[in-house]
Amino acid sequence: MRTFEYLRPATLQEALGSLSGLANSKPMAGGMTLIPAMKMRLSTPARLVDLGGLEELRGIRVDAAAVTVGASSTHESVANSALVRAAIPALCEVAGGIGDPQVRNRGTLGGSIANNDPAADYPAALLGLDAQVLTTRRTLSAAEFFVGLFDTALGDGELITAVRFPVPAAAAYEKFKSPASRYAMVGVFAARTAGGVRVAVTGAGAGVFRAGVIEAALEEKFSVDALTSLRFPSDGLNTDIHADAQYCAHLVGVLARRAVARILYVGRR
Amino acid sequence: MHISLTVNGKSVQADVAPEELLSDLLRERLGLTGTHVGCDTSQCGACVVHVDGRSVKSCTVLAVALQGSTVTSIEAVASAAGLHPMQKAFHENHGLQCGFCTPGMVMSALDYAARNPDPSAESVRHWLEGNFCRCTGYQNIVAAILAGAAAMSERAKELGK
Repeated sequence: MRTFEYLRPATLQEALGSLSGLANSKPMAGGMTLIPAMKMRLSTPARLVDLGGLEELRGIRVDAAAVTVGASSTHESVANSALVRAAIPALCEVAGGIGDPQVRNRGTLGGSIANNDPAADYPAALLGLDAQVLTTRRTLSAAEFFVGLFDTALGDGELITAVRFPVPAAAAYEKFKSPASRYAMVGVFAARTAGGVRVAVTGAGAGVFRAGVIEAALEEKFSVDALTSLRFPSDGLNTDIHADAQYCAHLVGVLARRAVARILYVGRR
Repeated sequence: MHISLTVNGKSVQADVAPEELLSDLLRERLGLTGTHVGCDTSQCGACVVHVDGRSVKSCTVLAVALQGSTVTSIEAVASAAGLHPMQKAFHENHGLQCGFCTPGMVMSALDYAARNPDPSAESVRHWLEGNFCRCTGYQNIVAAILAGAAAMSERAKELGK
């Protein structure tokens, strides 16, 4: 790993100052992606600003309308939060299925979505629930926030402070893990929300996206049968040594049906 | 950069480079070579230790970030009275072959036992997602963790009496 200047600010204000003070400064949350990337010199920041000391980014709040999760909340803390489980159990499932227990003990919500790995789990939950990303400058919808492959709408020196997840009537997440990396080869987050049925897909493309044809079929009739004859189009989906686009498209259909079945037959949400 | 932290119950002061990993601090500086580095890419789990009571991969934690933290490695698990019940369970169930992954397995298993009042083979297998063994095929590791967790809860009951 190349060396760097390490700073651990005590306040958000101080952190923003540290990030703007030097070109090629990078914020670090749990470091579960950034540290491996730095070891491989895929990332070589001159200055690392550790966000671990910031009180402003912590905590989980729940009200009748939404679950608001602080950016530095670990996956473990979300997965095991009784408050989150009571409001959006599917969110606990998403967080509890990321990486492995040791990664979940340090990896954070903010870090995961800022990285926007095309196979990450959280982006599917954000897009599926029409969540809002709160930053130090503004509020963005999930659709605005996730721009593309490892790319987000975050500007230089802009930090995620929290994510606000509206409470859906019901939701479920199903993923098919790559047997090698254990990342989602395909993951499907389905939700019945105030704004209609939303189905978000991760892993299959360059970034998270909504499966419009599946949403339309489920709007007509929210049932597994509504998807049985549906063939999800493979245009633009990933092809790699593990799976080609047709296989990914097939998995989107299978996982969407499983998610719908979970919503209908297993739990209320 | 200067940091002070607690490692295996002892106060440690160290001047570390920003890029120094916790696994390097433990092995190279403190001579605690029970923590193994198998892959150095946060996959294999041979380097698992506890930071403030939670299992982490020490090859993917910057030492400089641990100012004021409490670190426990495999060296602090056994006591003068002998092996810890979890270590004993690995011994009795033949939960190891070459032994390279064992320190990480035991540290991970202790975190599992602390967090799962109702252990099951299925949840142990899920828990071991981040701990690789390339010898045993996991069967005896799972048996060892279930036996170790049972022995720990038995011991806790005895102490509670």
